[in-house]
Amino acid sequence: MEPLQIVSGTVAPLDKINVDTDQIIPKQFLKRVERTGFGKSLFYDWRYNDDGTENPEFELNKDHYRGANILLTRDNFGSGSSREHAPWALREYGFKVIIAPSFADIFYNNCFKNAILPITLHRSTVDELFLKVYSTKGYSLTVDLESQTIHADHGWEIHFDIDPFGKRNLLEGLDDIAHSLEHEDEIKRYEENMVLERKWALPN
Amino acid sequence: MAAKTLFNKIWESHVVLEEPDKPTLLYIDLHLVHEVTSPQAFEGVRLSGRGVRRPDLTFATKDHNVPTHDRSLPIDDPISKKQMDTLRENCNEYGITLFGLTTNSDLQGIVHVIGPELGLTKPGMTIVCGDSHTSTHGAFGALAIGIGTSEVEHVLATQCLRQNRPKVFEVKVKGKRTQGVTAKDIILSIIGHIGIAGATGTVIEYRGEAIEALSMEERMTICNMSIEAGARAGIIAPDEKTFKYIEGRRYAPKGKDFDDAVESWRGFKTDEGATFDKTVTLDASSMAPQVSWGTNPGMVTDVTGYVPDPDTFSDLNSQKAAKSALSYMGLTPNTAIREIKLDRVFIGSCTNSRIEDLTAAAKIVKGKKVAQDVRAMVVPGSQMVKSEAEKEGIDKIFKEAGFEWRESGCSMCLGMNPDILAPGDRCASTSNRNFEGRQGKGGRTHLVSPIMAAAAAIEGHFVDVRELDINKEI
Repeated sequence: MEPLQIVSGTVAPLDKINVDTDQIIPKQFLKRVERTGFGKSLFYDWRYNDDGTENPEFELNKDHYRGANILLTRDNFGSGSSREHAPWALREYGFKVIIAPSFADIFYNNCFKNAILPITLHRSTVDELFLKVYSTKGYSLTVDLESQTIHADHGWEIHFDIDPFGKRNLLEGLDDIAHSLEHEDEIKRYEENMVLERKWALPN
Repeated sequence: MAAKTLFNKIWESHVVLEEPDKPTLLYIDLHLVHEVTSPQAFEGVRLSGRGVRRPDLTFATKDHNVPTHDRSLPIDDPISKKQMDTLRENCNEYGITLFGLTTNSDLQGIVHVIGPELGLTKPGMTIVCGDSHTSTHGAFGALAIGIGTSEVEHVLATQCLRQNRPKVFEVKVKGKRTQGVTAKDIILSIIGHIGIAGATGTVIEYRGEAIEALSMEERMTICNMSIEAGARAGIIAPDEKTFKYIEGRRYAPKGKDFDDAVESWRGFKTDEGATFDKTVTLDASSMAPQVSWGTNPGMVTDVTGYVPDPDTFSDLNSQKAAKSALSYMGLTPNTAIREIKLDRVFIGSCTNSRIEDLTAAAKIVKGKKVAQDVRAMVVPGSQMVKSEAEKEGIDKIFKEAGFEWRESGCSMCLGMNPDILAPGDRCASTSNRNFEGRQGKGGRTHLVSPIMAAAAAIEGHFVDVRELDINKEI
């Protein structure tokens, strides 16, 4: 995984609550057996008209939001299914940071495995950012994961909280399977006890 | 010893390692796999040379993509076929038992239907699957968590999962439900009450007399939709019904092993005096059959109710969301739910496709005909459910009424297969999600119970099943 340390760029607004994973990447695009090829289908039903042309009303299709790498959205982003195709599509499209007042659990966990930093900010701060994005064309932010801060050009700055394990994995681009496999001995010991203590858990 | 919740007992018995500032390394007893969320994970363990640690604790099925038509016909969609073929190849390569369309095909079905019916799902276990509705298995007092593909790869390679300890949320349902109010109505009422993010960061333990009174299949319906309230998992303490359900099933312990198992399983319940992080109490006796009117499962109301007016919602974001939902659904505020006319009816999905669901729906349908202009289908949750239903003649009741009777699969719950709604089609569905486009682009989904769906198929619009004779013999 590519490390994520500092992300600087345009902020694109998606001003809706409860954006679910069926909207992020509709099911007809989940049939691929690769981790790639999902970016073009991101927000498919909102982004494209029935004839396949771009829907000019959708925010991401507006010129000043093209190339944005920070997504600003509302509560409970990523609700619904466990499909990791959702963060794959967002990352391939170019989003490295998603800012929202809250996220759905599985989606939130999936982000950390895919070089996306999900940042939870207070609702009033998110409201403030929406106002700034709407009033300033090309509004951009710089997110520094190491210091857990977000800066804007006009001196605005805010701190954010993040799980320390997820932070380390993103900063170093770590594969957490390798980390777990360092504990092979503990896993083995657990399995030996399990056969004695919870034989019923095994398939007969 | 301090009083513990059921969740805490399961969690603590599965801790492999705890380290400061890191999520707990938790052992996984059972890993269920399907074709959509696994190919990239298998590719990961292949490329890294890590392989699959415990193929004996890993079971796979094909469900999301499978066509539900005649199985002797070829699969039309080459991309779906490739995904299904890839699962078979991965299972062959790593020695994983597969319930597919040709291999063990009589046991194939939706992953959350076959786990319990094969006796793989048992109390006190940790169970994962790359599917958010894994919460279903919590009905047996197991901690069952939906995971992403990277986590599927982690479990394949290590048989463990890294998890931060969630909070525990007690959802207590007291009282006795009235006739016509099903498990689906209870869970939709719960979601309507606490909201679709009401349980984020928590594991729900469902308790109270209305929960204890439910059958195992009804408990599965409840736990299934925990994710629709945002929960990591939902659990119900095992009891005699649970043990009786498991006994004699294919992979369940047998003989003395079973008796010993029951002895252990009896301990998996919340101790008197244990505390929860959060509690909510609802009363089943005041619940009515539910119908969703919007584009998420929290947008529900009583069948006797009306489509709400978004202007009456408390905050601006909710007003906006409700307006957008009504526009997508083609509904006007204050329309009576019972006046909403339907084009399609779908009885199926991991929420409501088990034998009790089909039997209850068949009682409503028997001797009647599906309304003109309504296309209705029944998709059993597994081939075992299908053959049991056929043995009891339930298929004939549906077919005579004009329903299509299909092979098992996820079908129109998510439309990754040929079963989809056309744009603008309005469907009464026993599935779990009414998101925009979920059942087909432009399709309009109303979530309901199987008996509500059956009654709507006959009348062509929603009806209050409490006014029908639902207990007659088949």
